[in-house]
Amino acid sequence: MTAVDNISLELRAGECLGLLGPNGAGKSTLIRSIVGRVIPDTGTITVFGAPAASPAARAALGWVPQELAVYPRLTATENLRAFGSYYGLSGTGLSVAIAWCLKWAALEDRAGDLTRTLSGGMKRRLNMAAGLIHQPRLVLMDEPTVGVDPQSRNRIFEMIEALRAQGATIIYTTHYMEEAERLCDRIAIVDHGRIIALDTHQALVQTSFSASSIVVARFSAASPALSVWTATNGGTVNDSTAEFAIDHPTDLARLLESASAAGLQLEDLALRRPNLESVFLQLTGRELRD
Amino acid sequence: MFLAIARTALVSLRRDRASLALSFVLPIGFFSIFATIFGGMHDNVNRIAVILVDEDQSAASHQLDQALEREGSLKVVTRPASKDKEPQPADYTAATAEAAVKAGDISVALVIPKGWGARPISFEPDAAQRSGPAPSGPQETSTEIQLLYDASDSIAPQMVGGLLQKVAMTSMPVTMAEQGMEHTADYIGGFTPQQQARMQESLGQLREQIAKRDATPAAAAPDAASGQSFGGLIAVNNRSVVGQGKNTNMISYYAAAIGVMFLLFTASGSAGALLDEAESGTLDRVLSSRISMTGLLGGKLLFNTLLAFTQLVVMFLWGWAVYHLDLFAHIPGFLVMGLCTAVAVASFGLLLASLCHTRGQLGAVSTLAILIMSSIGGSMFPRFLMPPAMQTAGMFTLNAWAIDGFQKVFWYGQPITALGPQVGVLLGIAVVLFLLARRIARRWDYA
Repeated sequence: MTAVDNISLELRAGECLGLLGPNGAGKSTLIRSIVGRVIPDTGTITVFGAPAASPAARAALGWVPQELAVYPRLTATENLRAFGSYYGLSGTGLSVAIAWCLKWAALEDRAGDLTRTLSGGMKRRLNMAAGLIHQPRLVLMDEPTVGVDPQSRNRIFEMIEALRAQGATIIYTTHYMEEAERLCDRIAIVDHGRIIALDTHQALVQTSFSASSIVVARFSAASPALSVWTATNGGTVNDSTAEFAIDHPTDLARLLESASAAGLQLEDLALRRPNLESVFLQLTGRELRD
Repeated sequence: MFLAIARTALVSLRRDRASLALSFVLPIGFFSIFATIFGGMHDNVNRIAVILVDEDQSAASHQLDQALEREGSLKVVTRPASKDKEPQPADYTAATAEAAVKAGDISVALVIPKGWGARPISFEPDAAQRSGPAPSGPQETSTEIQLLYDASDSIAPQMVGGLLQKVAMTSMPVTMAEQGMEHTADYIGGFTPQQQARMQESLGQLREQIAKRDATPAAAAPDAASGQSFGGLIAVNNRSVVGQGKNTNMISYYAAAIGVMFLLFTASGSAGALLDEAESGTLDRVLSSRISMTGLLGGKLLFNTLLAFTQLVVMFLWGWAVYHLDLFAHIPGFLVMGLCTAVAVASFGLLLASLCHTRGQLGAVSTLAILIMSSIGGSMFPRFLMPPAMQTAGMFTLNAWAIDGFQKVFWYGQPITALGPQVGVLLGIAVVLFLLARRIARRWDYA
């Protein structure tokens, strides 16, 4: 199986690039290749001109893995001290870096607590801070919000936005389109190990849908008649819900008339602008969270 | 319903190789080791090696020498083993025999002193199997057989002492009878000429029987199984030449023996942190920093070595505080042996951790390996109790080398320079096991 296939990425300084794709798309493998933990069968990876996994590349990269890769029996400060030491920091430089990380992750009041006693959100924030302790030129965040509640997720977003405000360059993987839309300057849509689209959020939507809007119509029940009607009008159906892209609002009246003529009982109707989910569906024929 | 639960448990067990090994391989392994050590599989009784020095060179002492050599339970040694291409070494003397026991080369030496043959039997009360220094009278001192022993072996001196009495009684019946008659004559005021004639006639018949017996090789060897002895007519002075006056006896042995076994458990458990880190993703993260796999293993080796050494320090301090182990008189030797043992044990733990894929697997494999190593390496019972083949097998464990080294330091009081073989082997083990661990850990280098 090819996990990552012929991918080439270019980032501008201070940019946040999102890698958006479903689970198993190859996002994490790509990140692990960049940090030198996966050796590609063919091809090369260079980081700021240095080969991946070289000392120069390691020093330039900060990796926030998907797993909670911190020591549970160490306190937050001890964890940061350990990872700082692994990157060669010591003395005042290390102390300053620890203080910055604790403040950035809003863990100052829990700095002396054992990591295993922290909440899930706090552990996530510490996990992120440990990847930034050496102030890397490029930060790679691999789904940093996996398994956290909405409140903690917002806290993490604020941390990333604060980091971006300081000019950090970030590659951010996620399968949540809301995160990609909110945090990333450009978004690469990844599927089956390949980048199938790469642009800004607006440009991706514009390219796929022009000025179209999305109509979401939910009917009383799934039926063969619903499938036939949806196909006839160029939409997609999932259970009892059909989706269409329409270029003009007047197309909506025509759709509703034909549904009525087909004997379909409409329960709910929504009109919205296309989003990344719609783009992914358009490009792959599958939903992002399949 | 019960069957469904049982079936589920059975399937789970079948797929849990660690539990299967603990359930079936470990008991069978241990059963086999104990059966081998304590008999079962062997027809021959373990022979006890003993140095024999005959300073008397009388007819009686020669008879005793030959009888001791024929004794199936003993392996009589009269000179040190010769090395390749070197001239045959000289026979042991009383002094060199004592030195050999002191050096731990052998557990027991028998010295037949000059003049013993003139009066081999002692009718003095408590003369036989006396321990400690001989009485001050020159006559008494010179005629007692000296049994020099290493008190760390509690079995061999007792066995040799008993066998000596038995061998003397069965190999020298004429001498025994003659001396018995002389003693009786002294006691009752002399025999009549008729009694003396009949006694001489009986002694003549006894000599004929002995001559016939000696002419038949198969019958010549005393029957080891009969085990009957007169119980102490041969005067023997038992003297411990190692650890004389010490009341710590086997404390240093077990401090080292038990210590090494638990060091192995601790080291493998501590090295298992590597598996936790691999499972949690921390190992990946560490290896994405400036730390290489070799650096990581080196750091863990350093920590585990210090941990093991600290454990040894605590154990020996406990021995000093509670059991009066003479720790502070042997600090240099303790430091050398402690550090060498600790680094070997730490490497062993790292190798096990790198071999295993899960904590559960590590638990099973380490339990299996450590208990087997400890049982044949002398951590559970002294190796001198084991058959020779098992003693040789024990030399393939780091337990045996560590225990031997600590014994040299604490029991035999040997200098650091005498620890060369133990230090060399333990450090060699440490290097080889670490290199093996590093090679196996390549699986974590990259995905």
